Amino acid sequence: MNTLPKLIFELSREGKIGCGLNEADVPGEPVIDAALLRRDPADLPQVSEVEVVRHYMALAALNYSVDAGFYPLGSCTMKYNPKINEKLAAAEELQAHPYAPHDLVQGNLEIMARLEEWLVELTGLAGFTLAPAAGAHGEFTGMLIVRKYLKEMGDARKVVLIPDSAHGTNPASAHFAGYDVKEIASSASGTIGLAELRPHLTPDVAALMMTNPNTLGIFESDIVAIAEALHANGSLLYMDGANFNALLGSVRPGDLGVDVMHLNLHKTFATPHGGGGPGSGPVGVAARLLPFLPVPRVRKSGEGYEVVYDDPHSIGRVKNFYGQFLVIVRALAYLMALGRENVGRVAEDAVLNANYVRKRLEGLLDLPYKAPSLHEVVFSDSGLPVKTLDIAKRLLDYGFHPFTIYFPLIVHGAMMIEPTESESKETLDEFIAVMETIVREARENPELLRQAPTRTPVRRLDETLAARKPVLRWRKGQGA
Amino acid sequence: MRYLPLTDAEREEMRKVIGVSDVRELFSCMPSAQCRPPLDTLPRALSEPELAAAFKEFGRRNSFSGFLSFLGAGAYSHFIPEVVSYLSAKGEFLTPYTPYQPEVSQGSLQAIFEYQTMMAMLTGLDVANASLYDGATAAAEAVLLAVRRSGRKRVLLAGSLHPEYAAVIRTYAQNLPIELATVAVDEKSGRVDAVDLRAKLNDSIAAVLFQSPNFLGVVEDGGGIAAAAHECKAICVQVVAEAMSLAYLVPPGEAGVDMAVGEAQSFGLPLGFGGPYLGFMTVREEFMRQMPGRLVGQTRDLDGKRGYVLTLSTREQHIKREKATSNICSNEAWCAMRAGMYLAVMGKAGLARAARTCHLNAAYFARMAARMKTIRVVYPGNFYNEVLIEVKTGSAAQRAAALKKKGILAGVPLSWFADSQKERLLLAFSEMHDRAAIDRLLSALGEAS
Repeated sequence: MNTLPKLIFELSREGKIGCGLNEADVPGEPVIDAALLRRDPADLPQVSEVEVVRHYMALAALNYSVDAGFYPLGSCTMKYNPKINEKLAAAEELQAHPYAPHDLVQGNLEIMARLEEWLVELTGLAGFTLAPAAGAHGEFTGMLIVRKYLKEMGDARKVVLIPDSAHGTNPASAHFAGYDVKEIASSASGTIGLAELRPHLTPDVAALMMTNPNTLGIFESDIVAIAEALHANGSLLYMDGANFNALLGSVRPGDLGVDVMHLNLHKTFATPHGGGGPGSGPVGVAARLLPFLPVPRVRKSGEGYEVVYDDPHSIGRVKNFYGQFLVIVRALAYLMALGRENVGRVAEDAVLNANYVRKRLEGLLDLPYKAPSLHEVVFSDSGLPVKTLDIAKRLLDYGFHPFTIYFPLIVHGAMMIEPTESESKETLDEFIAVMETIVREARENPELLRQAPTRTPVRRLDETLAARKPVLRWRKGQGA
Repeated sequence: MRYLPLTDAEREEMRKVIGVSDVRELFSCMPSAQCRPPLDTLPRALSEPELAAAFKEFGRRNSFSGFLSFLGAGAYSHFIPEVVSYLSAKGEFLTPYTPYQPEVSQGSLQAIFEYQTMMAMLTGLDVANASLYDGATAAAEAVLLAVRRSGRKRVLLAGSLHPEYAAVIRTYAQNLPIELATVAVDEKSGRVDAVDLRAKLNDSIAAVLFQSPNFLGVVEDGGGIAAAAHECKAICVQVVAEAMSLAYLVPPGEAGVDMAVGEAQSFGLPLGFGGPYLGFMTVREEFMRQMPGRLVGQTRDLDGKRGYVLTLSTREQHIKREKATSNICSNEAWCAMRAGMYLAVMGKAGLARAARTCHLNAAYFARMAARMKTIRVVYPGNFYNEVLIEVKTGSAAQRAAALKKKGILAGVPLSWFADSQKERLLLAFSEMHDRAAIDRLLSALGEAS
């Protein structure tokens, strides 16, 4: 019955060893109170090296990945991760200790400074911190900057406005920065215009957090007027840059009046998602907010680079050491490979691919928001005899990873498709053909979809059982 | 461009299907005044060989490689079996998204479930989450959890906590109804001052957070701190900045601690100039539903087959939005899988051996250094892999600079973190050192005085 690999603990046999380390060669005994020592070694698996390799190879075979195929997850920007970048990030000569003296790590500091320069150019903002570890960490950092700035201006204010189409991290990040969150309903066209903003723009508003293009893939075209209205109110505009891939080389948020924004290096800048991280979420700010960026900051100094640890206005430290350095390395390598000639093309191909898919599927699926979209498109399951989940699961049977499902929350049964620029026309055509087949199957034999997937290593899993009786670890004697 | 597969002919065909003659028409939603900024200050595109050469040049401007290093203080150099690099580099582990579609993600999910199990075993606690960003943010999340769970506002931080961890906790707490206070360090033992701890503990304290081994290298009396905390029904949190110590010292759970959080970079992650690393959080079962971050749980599929899913997600931001236990979304999943691979191949005996070697090397150094006239070993007993020394003349930074001239990065001068500590240098030892390396350090220390 159980065709999945055993757990590594179930492979363990007393006395097997996978580690090739010597014993210590120094003379002498431990210098520690015996009561502080672990009595028995942790019950880690005992397996040979070859068994470890086979185990993880078996696990690898169960995973879908960008290297394996199309991954149209909307708002996740699952683009190709260049292989050279892995080699560059693994280079021995970059693996410095974070407390190595600065004169010995000038190359690493320069890598950070260079990426910051690129991000400044691409966004039109005055400066970036590379410290935040992920997008949500960047949002949190950005909102701390907003708060510190307003506080020093005399009033930190109480409320952050967030559109109902926003990613869940936005309200969570604003909350942990000490703000109350007020949700703004999107207009009938799926965007936030001045008309939607105005009624909420009270003197206690600290900022609006706006994703642009938004999670429907639609550009917030009132953004300049919105920024002006916010500024006139003494409020700031935070832009969630999760969808920056659509804007690369086309428009710079700093030119639109954005005060603070984060980018996701693991989305727009092609660093691998790693099954859920590590990411990196640099935060850029307008000039008047520069003093509030977190420490440490890398700064040009004469011929070289120095690190600033104290800054009287800084929000403080958000992470230990410098940030996700090896992710930063990959992002810089990606940008250097693209060069000024290609950054704009990335967005153009991403938008072209998304609009091609939109056009080809628009007769097949319900398109709840008809406004022109950029890098992604959101359909709904309205009018179909099955649910979005069923279509997603059937896609697995045809060898494709599903799109993002049930998000944004403002679309019932949302199917959010972001092909990215990495996909060839052949792949898109295959995906479209499969979608046509699935919709036909949905009408002719909906049960087939409700039973899907049947060709994957496991079938639909019981998530209710998992949550009701959580088993979050293996224990000795626990059966399969 | 090599990353862009469309041909011009295909682009044209696609434009026709869409009904535009120029791709820029698709961008007409953007304000024309700001559209298409000049990018001419950006560098030109590099070919693959040019890119490799450019990074070789960055590498050439780093000059740390030839040094014998005893730097630690939260980031540690350990042996990484080749198997770990080989397996973790596979695209199947490196290039998937968060496993939202479990039917095609059992590899990641099972690998993380195994990692969670290993961390629970090592800490002697019930459950581990799937990762947090790093040790410092894990400590900050522990503070938030304790405050949320207890309904109390005040948190006591041991003065011997890593200064960067304390700084991150202060950043996280700055706008929240949380009051932080510091418990003094007993200068003589290098441990949390038990008298000060008792004096500051009362019914308003949500949690006591201490680090062990602490920032001075000293192993704390976790049982004593936990007992004191529990008398006031405060939650006891142990921060572990050197995860290798878990394989050698009494596990936090066994000592009576409620939560262990920290940095697991030592489990197979390269120094990488500080990141990405691996924040971990392990807790007693009663705190499970208050945890931040992803959790992988076991379940069954429609055919009754064992499988794994992300679970208890009603804690998380994508469901609860501003009421979530944390804003965390992307975490350090790949680092956690890599740590799992490391722990699997090191195994029960291998990890114990490596962990013991770290201590024996530190112990050898401390014994030999204690005989030197120009330095003092500040805490000659009850350290794990880090030894704090005090120079009797000049400053630690000067001594470190003198050793640097001899090709040795002798340690982290504590003056970086506190002006009052200018004579003190923290040295870290691991299984990467051998007797010859430590002897070289010792003789250079003697000469540099």
